[in-house]
Amino acid sequence: MNRLMTWCLAALMLVNAAGCRRQDEAATTVRLDGSSTVFPISEAMAEEFQKANPGRRVIVGISGTGGGFKKFAAGETDISDASRPIKPSEVEMCAKNGIEYIELPVAYDGLAVLINPKNTWATHITVRELKRLWEPQAQGTITRWSQVRADWPDREIHLYGAGVDSGTYDYFTQAIVGQEHSSRGDFTSSEDDNVLVQGIAGDETALGFFGLAYYEENRDRLKLLPVDDENDENGKGPLAPELATVTDGTYQPLSRPIFIYINKASLERPEVEAFIRFYLANAPTLVKEVGYIPLPARAYLLAQERVDKRITGSLFGGKGSQVGVRIDQLLDQEQSQRR
Amino acid sequence: MTDLLPHHDLRRRRAVSERVVAGLLLLCAVLSVATTAGIILVLSAETVGFFREVSFVQFFGDTEWTPLFAEKRFGIWALVCGTFLTSAIAVATALPLGVLAAIYLSEYAGDRIRHVLKPAVEVLAGIPTVIYGYFALVFVTPLLQAVVPGLAGFNALGAGIVMGIMILPIIASLSEDAIHAVPDSLREGAFALGGGRLATIRRVVLPTAFSGIGASVIIGISRAVGETMIVAIAAGQQPRFTFDPRVPIETMTAYIVQVSLGDTPAGTLEYRTLFAVGMTLFVFTMMLNTASHYLRHRVLKGATL
Amino acid sequence: MSRPHATNVVGSDQPGEHRGLPARSNTPRGNAGTLTPERAFQAICLLALLLPLLLLLVLIGQALAGGWDRLTWGFLTSYPSRFPEQAGILPALAGSACLMLLTAALAIPIGAGAAIYLEEYARPGRLTWFIEVNISNLAGVPSILYGLLGLELFVRALQMGRSLLAGAATLALLLLPMVIMVSREALRTVPQSTREACYALGADRWQTIRRVVLPMSLPGILTGIILSLARAIGETAPLITIGALTYVAFVPDSLHSPFTALPIQIFNWISRPQAGFHVNAAAGILVLLAIMLVFNSVAIGLRARFRRRLA
Repeated sequence: MNRLMTWCLAALMLVNAAGCRRQDEAATTVRLDGSSTVFPISEAMAEEFQKANPGRRVIVGISGTGGGFKKFAAGETDISDASRPIKPSEVEMCAKNGIEYIELPVAYDGLAVLINPKNTWATHITVRELKRLWEPQAQGTITRWSQVRADWPDREIHLYGAGVDSGTYDYFTQAIVGQEHSSRGDFTSSEDDNVLVQGIAGDETALGFFGLAYYEENRDRLKLLPVDDENDENGKGPLAPELATVTDGTYQPLSRPIFIYINKASLERPEVEAFIRFYLANAPTLVKEVGYIPLPARAYLLAQERVDKRITGSLFGGKGSQVGVRIDQLLDQEQSQRR
Repeated sequence: MTDLLPHHDLRRRRAVSERVVAGLLLLCAVLSVATTAGIILVLSAETVGFFREVSFVQFFGDTEWTPLFAEKRFGIWALVCGTFLTSAIAVATALPLGVLAAIYLSEYAGDRIRHVLKPAVEVLAGIPTVIYGYFALVFVTPLLQAVVPGLAGFNALGAGIVMGIMILPIIASLSEDAIHAVPDSLREGAFALGGGRLATIRRVVLPTAFSGIGASVIIGISRAVGETMIVAIAAGQQPRFTFDPRVPIETMTAYIVQVSLGDTPAGTLEYRTLFAVGMTLFVFTMMLNTASHYLRHRVLKGATL
Repeated sequence: MSRPHATNVVGSDQPGEHRGLPARSNTPRGNAGTLTPERAFQAICLLALLLPLLLLLVLIGQALAGGWDRLTWGFLTSYPSRFPEQAGILPALAGSACLMLLTAALAIPIGAGAAIYLEEYARPGRLTWFIEVNISNLAGVPSILYGLLGLELFVRALQMGRSLLAGAATLALLLLPMVIMVSREALRTVPQSTREACYALGADRWQTIRRVVLPMSLPGILTGIILSLARAIGETAPLITIGALTYVAFVPDSLHSPFTALPIQIFNWISRPQAGFHVNAAAGILVLLAIMLVFNSVAIGLRARFRRRLA
């Protein structure tokens, strides 16, 4: 009764078989999603972990910190990458769905401000100028370089920045504009920082911001713009983000910790536990390789302790981005949590 | 096939199985209707939900599209403008080239040449659009940057031109059919009156084939409006209401891709914007397809202009 | 889709003569060699035709220049990596292969079934007209809207998640109009007299179809399906919308597995600014083009054999 019927039967059988495997599938894959800033670290971890443990499966998405949290709170992911601490609304969502989370800082990022290499006029920028450029009132009004600083040329400025689901966006707006999630809307926004790199690299009059790792990966196509917080007590003059200035806390206000959040229930699965152990053990090398600033070794030991003891909750009280947290302050907070 | 059953039993069995089979096959055919219904239903349901939170005035009366920012603006015209700009550039590229190519294939080319060149042109239509996007970003835009001052890395011009190359086969092929359909008697009449081939084409063939060419252009526009990958890769992600082809813009389709890459959870306003934009896209392409259908119907009926 | 050729003159190859019109040498007042407006126009038209072909060659040349060196066995069998030199397309190839198989399994029975109904069973009337209008409308719907349908229906409502099955179902819907149209054409090539002969012998409709019409038109249907798959393998937008992941470092092993596909991997590499990834993208493009070339050649070969058999 030939091919047509055989095709139909085959299709039906396939559809049937579909039902059966679902359970195993969900069980063995480690699912990460969230921040594009943290993505290079998680990607490196996933790759090395899968190389060291063939048969293990890890998938990493880039929905943005906010998008990642939404899925995390719905139980769809095991680990959420975040470039800012968890927000009250997200804490609530997790509580509502019975998700308990373990917060682990994994690196420090010096949020970089970038321009195109052909941009010869800008050598540094102040926090005040950044605010004037990015606040909501700037939409449609501040459109030329000369409006930001009088002695800059009268040319159009094209802005590139993280998308609204991005923790980088939340943090930047908090640090520069003063209010989280508040900015102008007329710029090229993307949760995928690669798009921003390409945009700025191809546009002479561009200015944008994203995580340091993306600059490190593309040094030949971008120019870093040092930031001056006009606070001489904390590092004089404009400073560029790098190991020294981020570690000693002088690159402000754009130094920030970046995190992963783990679903406590997922830790019961051996593959997730193994992956986290691998993550924290290899963080010092891979974080640096990727372009971010690794935390002191002590921090990772403390983090592993939190995992082992299943200590849930956020060090930041679940209040979202906090500007100006220095590495040593972070460590002290962690230490105090132990008791 | 032959059984030892009495005749009428055999016939009844066959009649029943015949009906069952016909029913199953009808189901398959009806699936196409179900698909259309599905698309319309899905788009409408979420769009209705969208308009519960956003007013018509906000949607149709604004030119800024910032639905996800703190200061939410829902003006669809920013995205429509992006789509319009890239499509216009695409058609401006494809129309002259396509029609001229069609004229050559129809009026000047010999059978052998046509047998080779026409399929070659149709290959252009079969190339996956992600490859065209790569071409636009990596080759066309840098090339144009050397010529056009102030051309950003993401822009409507490069994407538009490459889209034009993509839709050119559609315009060329359908225009060629239309031109070919012009009866030879008209051409011969023009020749008899002393006109050269050029004059014949200009004054007799083209006007006669106008509806068909028009239909092909409208299909080309429809294709350009619905195109996703080329603009997602090369045109940018900044919704803005502008007619400047040198700056980053965002089309309706690129917006849908941008939000989908983040896989937004259902029930949020962000999720619903996907469908509101999708609905707008659907309405546009349906209008264009219907218009071209109507024009082609006129061509088939033999109507001239 | 071929259209009937001009039938007036047999065999002539002179430009213009195939219409029974005077050959070019008889065109009034043309001295060989002078640039009349006529000749200029013809040259412009030829240029218009050749320009896009030239650009196509440039495109392929660009991809070759960028990616040829990268095309090694290692590239084809490696997993994606953050190091461009180590990255490969194995999961993408596997994903695309599984996707094509599943899509074919879904689209062929339904498409062929619908085509058989429309050609063999349907009587001219409101329902038939309605179905036909629908099919031709669907062919003009942008592929990304199919993605939205798939997202809402397969991923969310039917709870298939971001799986191979959802992807295949979405692509099957996308291909359906094309499969139906091509199958109908293949069925039409079977002469009515053959069917009538079967009826005369006492067979009913389904027997005729099953035993005579379908086997005769099968190569044609197969050709159409292969051409549809060749198109499907390059589809990116609907798959992105239903959530095919961009970082998948394993080969999908079940219908519910997350997956990636070749065009999506290419898209991902294009989005990364490092030059090494653009090289990978070019290599991926070459692989994709090669696969499409194979598909199209098989289809054309089948069609040629089919035609020969009929003749």
